[in-house]
Amino acid sequence: MMLTQIIRKFNLLILTLFVLSILSFLLVYLFPGDPLVNLTGLENLSPEAHQKLAEIHGFDHSYFYQYWLYLTNLLEGEWGFSFSSGNPLWREIMQTLPASMELSAYALLFSLLIGVPFGFIAGFQHYKLSDYSLLTASVVGYSIPVFWLSLILILVFSLQLGWFPLSGRLSLLYDIPHQTGFIFIDIFLSDVEFKNDAAKSAVQHLILPTLSLTIVTASIIFRLTRRSVIDVMSSQYIQTAYTRGLSGLQVVMRHGVRNALLPIIPLFGMQFAVLLTNAMIVEVIFSWPGIGNWLIQAIFQRDYPAIRAGMLAVSTLVIILTVCTDLLANLINPALSGDRRAQI
Amino acid sequence: MKLSNSSQLVRFTLVIWAVFCVSACFDATEQNSPVKGVIYCSEGNPISFNPQLDTSSTTSDASSHQIYDRLLDFDPETGKIVPALASSWLISQDGLTYTFQLRRSVKFHTTGYFSPSRSFNADDVIFSIDRWRVASHPYHHVSGGHYPYFTSIGLNDLISDVKRINGYRIEITLTRPNSSFLANLATDFAVILSAEYAQVLAQREQKEFIDIYPIGTGPFQFKEYKKDHYIRYSKNDDYWEHQLAPEMLIFDITPSSSLRLAKLMTGECDAIAFPSHSELDTIRDRVDLTLDGRPGLNVGFWAFNTSKYPFDNPKVRRALAMAIDKNTLLEAVYYGSAVRAKSLLPESSWAYQADISETNYNPVMARKLLRESGIEDGFTMTIWAMPVERAYNPNARKMAELMQNYLSQVGVQVNIVSYEWTTFRERLKKGLHDSVLIGWSADNGDPDNFYRPLLNCSAIESGTNRAMWCNPEYDALINQALQYSENEQRIKYYRLANQILAEQVPLVPLAHAYRYRAHRSDLSGLVINPFGAVRFGDVKKL
Repeated sequence: MMLTQIIRKFNLLILTLFVLSILSFLLVYLFPGDPLVNLTGLENLSPEAHQKLAEIHGFDHSYFYQYWLYLTNLLEGEWGFSFSSGNPLWREIMQTLPASMELSAYALLFSLLIGVPFGFIAGFQHYKLSDYSLLTASVVGYSIPVFWLSLILILVFSLQLGWFPLSGRLSLLYDIPHQTGFIFIDIFLSDVEFKNDAAKSAVQHLILPTLSLTIVTASIIFRLTRRSVIDVMSSQYIQTAYTRGLSGLQVVMRHGVRNALLPIIPLFGMQFAVLLTNAMIVEVIFSWPGIGNWLIQAIFQRDYPAIRAGMLAVSTLVIILTVCTDLLANLINPALSGDRRAQI
Repeated sequence: MKLSNSSQLVRFTLVIWAVFCVSACFDATEQNSPVKGVIYCSEGNPISFNPQLDTSSTTSDASSHQIYDRLLDFDPETGKIVPALASSWLISQDGLTYTFQLRRSVKFHTTGYFSPSRSFNADDVIFSIDRWRVASHPYHHVSGGHYPYFTSIGLNDLISDVKRINGYRIEITLTRPNSSFLANLATDFAVILSAEYAQVLAQREQKEFIDIYPIGTGPFQFKEYKKDHYIRYSKNDDYWEHQLAPEMLIFDITPSSSLRLAKLMTGECDAIAFPSHSELDTIRDRVDLTLDGRPGLNVGFWAFNTSKYPFDNPKVRRALAMAIDKNTLLEAVYYGSAVRAKSLLPESSWAYQADISETNYNPVMARKLLRESGIEDGFTMTIWAMPVERAYNPNARKMAELMQNYLSQVGVQVNIVSYEWTTFRERLKKGLHDSVLIGWSADNGDPDNFYRPLLNCSAIESGTNRAMWCNPEYDALINQALQYSENEQRIKYYRLANQILAEQVPLVPLAHAYRYRAHRSDLSGLVINPFGAVRFGDVKKL
């Protein structure tokens, strides 16, 4: 039963990735310019080099054969080269993608830390003043455009109060060599002096972008939690627990929390995809060296190989995450199957 | 009962969050960093790290004074030529032979990609000059083979030979005397590269690395460049001149001028390039920021097309010059960030003539002169306004509109003309204009860099003489001035040339714009270099 679930999800994943790779291959032909140049990212080739490259990539064969070679190259990590920097795209993506994932992960963590407790508070006190005020706050948080929020945060906390820096991931004074792409791990692994100060600087740089992302996501998580808590607390088994003489805290801890969280945990996971999209906007505003910022630059500079590879990388990540959280949800709560609806 | 348990939960949550906030909201300012270094927010990506290859100031800012040295330098305060890698020099009687004595024990950078085995000597000078001078030089065609500054002033034709006399003495022979030669050797572009490094690269077959992974003798050595992000330099511990340079220098590449200012305010940058004119007051208002400004070596002017009727008549040109009020233009277009131009040369030039006579605003006289030359009410002319923003004229269109108003008061109707920049310059070169608002930025401190390209006869052909004005007498004067190497002698000729310009009025000098740089007040020693690129070698951070 479980195994079939896993296999079904896995098949879905492979199929989607396959379609994605076809789409990205089509982009090679759909973007303006020489398809070979769009594919490899190598410009200003001599006729001989062009000829040789065309042979390597099977341009004298059918499209299917070309696609097959393209797929092999993708799997081997040969994604071509960027027009603007001339660097291998795989390397550039591996440098920028962790930065975005890191930002999204912290934002998700903080959203949970804010959204879930407040969701419980509002759920317990539903239709009371505190519930209404939290609900109002969440509507505000939910409807604020993330780019506007970022700018306001910069204006207040960076420019007026001067508490936090407004750009980048780390003060440029610290020269941390790139290893994993996750800044705290890189700082830990590096052998620079002042590791603590570097980590402190990284935290300072992280606060405002994380906050911008957190407010929107936390509002959604708050509303999901609140709805679920209200449903659970009004259910019969909770009433039964009270009649059995358990104290309020005992009821909540033993029956409330688990039953309220179980149905919504998979929905939290899905927020990660939304978060990643928002993160790309926030990255541009905070000059965060992530994939979003990188992709926007690629679009400005009409760096076709980079646009193609960047979109492929981001969508692959989102699909893998979605399928994984789906699977995880089934593992946690096998009762769930088929479609689920979210109510917020 | 329900209420009591939920208020417990509320309390619990609040405590958790209070702990979070306290731990997160610690004092957070960039200044307390234990790592000492200077961050400069620059405006763009350099093309390479060799200023010989490019006249763009972005490239020379990132390399000229940071990585390299020149034989000679300009003193940024006085504009005088001072020794750098050449400790002294000798000019022969006929002005054709220059002998340079080179400084001893100057070390080239030792970096991860190159360790020099010898210190700087004559071979490096010969290599650096011959690279752009001799087309058959093995390095001439590396990285494109274009050396725009040297070709534009004809320096490659001027030098006939560069000879080694001994390890620390070289002799440069010219084809004709030229007293601006020393000034040209002191420009940002005349940097000294390492011949030994070039040799090593040739062996490794990586010649093009010479301009990407630079080796020089300057106060900083190159460490890392990440396009669109940053350039990292570290201190050159063996710098020959002093040990004042900060441990680290970082160029934070930030194309948006408002973002540069924001970073300056938060302390993420210690200094920024090109603050925009509308932001200057914000910077002045803050105690923790300092705005430096000084007149730049540039001139914005209004040139008449003297090859066309009625602008071929000096009387008409003088009348038109009298019809406009320069002071108002300065206020409205430069927001007070420029000084009134009396002649081609700004005040910081050594050849500046303080007692020069200029045309003053006098519409009554202007009208009278126009009538005398047969220009009636309703005469129509064009003013071409350049479409781009430049320091010497930040808004030519607005200026043209103001002038339109002034000229209508003396009975002259003005049509304002503007094209896309490339087209604009092409048509200008063909002489299709009546008059044009444009300007000039000099590359070195020598007055010849103003007089020659702007108004000499042959500059009509090369397209920098916007007045299409050719006066053999004037040409003779500026050529004669170059025959002498003493400034006092040359000033005499430039005074005579000024006199001709004042009589003939081929163009009306309007303004010398200021150059601005903003930095945090705890940074000292960042002097604006009117002759080009930024210098960080003497900068100190408190």
